[in-house]
Amino acid sequence: MQYIPNVVFALILVLGIGYFVQNIRQLIANITLGKKPTVKGDRKQRLKNVAYIAFGQSKMFKRPISGLLHLVVYLGFVIINIEVLEIVLDGLLGTHRLFSFLGPTYNVLIATFEIFAAAVVLAVGVFWLRRNALKISRFWKPEMTAWPKNDANYILYIEWVLMGLFLTMNAADYQLQLMDAAHYTQAGAFPVSSLLAPLFDQLSETSLILIERGAWWLHICGILFFLNYLYYSKHLHILLAFPNTYFGRLTPQGQFAHNETVAKEVAMMMDPNADPFAAPAADAPLPERFGAADVQDLNQIQLLNAYTCTECGRCTDMCPANQTGKKLSPRKVMMDTRDRLEEIGKNTKKNKGVFVPDGKQLLGDYISAEELWACTSCNACVEACPVSIDPLSIIMEMRQYLVMEQSAAPQALNNMMGNIENNGAPWPYNQQDRLLWAQEK
Amino acid sequence: MSENRIEVSTLAAMAAAGKEAEILFWVGCAGSFDERAKKITKAFVKILHNAGVSFAVLGAEETCSGDPAKRAGNEFLFQMQAATNIATLNSYGVKKVVTACPHCFNTLKNEYPALGGNYEVVHHTQLLKDLLDQNRLSLEGGVFKGKKITFHDPCYLGRANGVYEAPRELIKKLDAQLVEMKNCKQKGLCCGAGGAQMFKDAEPGNKEINIARTEEALETQPDIVAAACPFCNTMMTDGVKNKEKESSVAVMDIAELIAQAGDL
Repeated sequence: MQYIPNVVFALILVLGIGYFVQNIRQLIANITLGKKPTVKGDRKQRLKNVAYIAFGQSKMFKRPISGLLHLVVYLGFVIINIEVLEIVLDGLLGTHRLFSFLGPTYNVLIATFEIFAAAVVLAVGVFWLRRNALKISRFWKPEMTAWPKNDANYILYIEWVLMGLFLTMNAADYQLQLMDAAHYTQAGAFPVSSLLAPLFDQLSETSLILIERGAWWLHICGILFFLNYLYYSKHLHILLAFPNTYFGRLTPQGQFAHNETVAKEVAMMMDPNADPFAAPAADAPLPERFGAADVQDLNQIQLLNAYTCTECGRCTDMCPANQTGKKLSPRKVMMDTRDRLEEIGKNTKKNKGVFVPDGKQLLGDYISAEELWACTSCNACVEACPVSIDPLSIIMEMRQYLVMEQSAAPQALNNMMGNIENNGAPWPYNQQDRLLWAQEK
Repeated sequence: MSENRIEVSTLAAMAAAGKEAEILFWVGCAGSFDERAKKITKAFVKILHNAGVSFAVLGAEETCSGDPAKRAGNEFLFQMQAATNIATLNSYGVKKVVTACPHCFNTLKNEYPALGGNYEVVHHTQLLKDLLDQNRLSLEGGVFKGKKITFHDPCYLGRANGVYEAPRELIKKLDAQLVEMKNCKQKGLCCGAGGAQMFKDAEPGNKEINIARTEEALETQPDIVAAACPFCNTMMTDGVKNKEKESSVAVMDIAELIAQAGDL
């Protein structure tokens, strides 16, 4: 009988982690629906980017206030995970405060966890106020309604609850230690939860044990719940920021993707020996689509980008088109890409690995041509992203589809392109006149 | 040659005479045809002559770099333009290219190598900065002494290629007071022309982008808005006119500032 809690704990742990692994496998399956990217360049530089941008949060500090608040929550999360390790081991082994043999070090550890927990509670409070009371504009754009809006608040509530449970657990434990209760090892320093102790001092030992155990179980179950909530939420960035910054571009931002499919066509056109009437070989694969109409046309890094996006809206906030009231929002481009990818992933899973066309696509049903044509390709969104997401590359590939597959450019751009084709300039001037300026005053 | 004519050689003429140029000046479509941008071209050429730089242009052999076609999504047209230009450049054995247009600069520097065009490409502000460092160009800020100049970062020079300092150092050398806009360098706001927007109307919104950027520029109370891109120049000039400030605020290219300071 005495092993029942250990067994229950092990079961909950296996279920929680097992379900999480399932989600991650689905995530990988969805990302691999995209095209294989070419990852060129220096591994060292990539690892450096992970260290600076993801671990070091270098780009977060472009906005010092949110950067600092985020650092508190991030450090709190990382550091408190050491405590989670103890909780898991205690749960499995039926011990209590297993690491207490560390003595004074343990006191320092617990005290640090508590201070961070309190700091997280405060930082999350400020986050909530910024979002819901100050109504900072990037949190109130049209794409931030319904689930995205609620999701952001749920995450804050979950963090509050987890920290609250952690501190309640410690407060009750501390009280029990003062009472010399059996099994409650005298260990740890409680700079924050000891302040909560007065709330508990009228309670009996049984009630305190109930509170301590209750908080302990709810805390670990809450963590497992949060772990599994990630896949359904914008909060995946806590995991994906690392691979995403690794795969982030190393080339100058102005260097747009080279299109090899088109390069082959152009090379053939320029080749005087190519037979323009030659029929393709019978076993020749179908030519690839130009540009992107749906998520399968995008590459796996672009799809990873979509799952990594935490909808902070720094990109949209810096977008000149968005700032001047156009429909384009780079954040929405990422959110739409993820939503459509989820839809296709579910469809594919349901149909045993084969996507059954559903009459929808990313272009048109999620992202409109009007949004795409509003982009100035200025790279402000790319520069603003704290985790190296590149919304611009998706916008450009969808423009390629509109122009090269559908001839659906705005008329003014067709005129511009016609001029380039006919006279080598975007305006209708004769190429022979390019040096006339030298003869003018 | 009349006194007003600016002497420029084409690579074709130089090759025929058995001569070589140190550097090719890629004029670009705006620099060749746009009335406002032609003034920038001429100012830059005067500086090159003054500094004794051996240069040539392509003249009628130059065609659009393909930037607006690529940003508009017409990769096919872009690559056709690139292939044509690369064939021309390679036939003359061009090694170094300078251009006053950040769009041409970016395309030639970053997007031509994958198609077989490998050159050292610099923006005119970078070349001017080098000439200054090598004492081939002397700057006296007489005309601009104490003037307030704000610099608008072209997206394709700044964020796209990380060139923020060369134009600023040139302005500082004019003894002018460089005042920064609230959004500058990495955070610089686009003028609204990039991504082929120059050639179409904006989508429905509540403001034109060039007006938003002009407002940011005017907040610094400048005497001059300095630009380093012919398209930014057009957008900011239009913005200043829209705000009816054209009599007190000039929009000028860095090359024009330097040419004027040197009384060229």
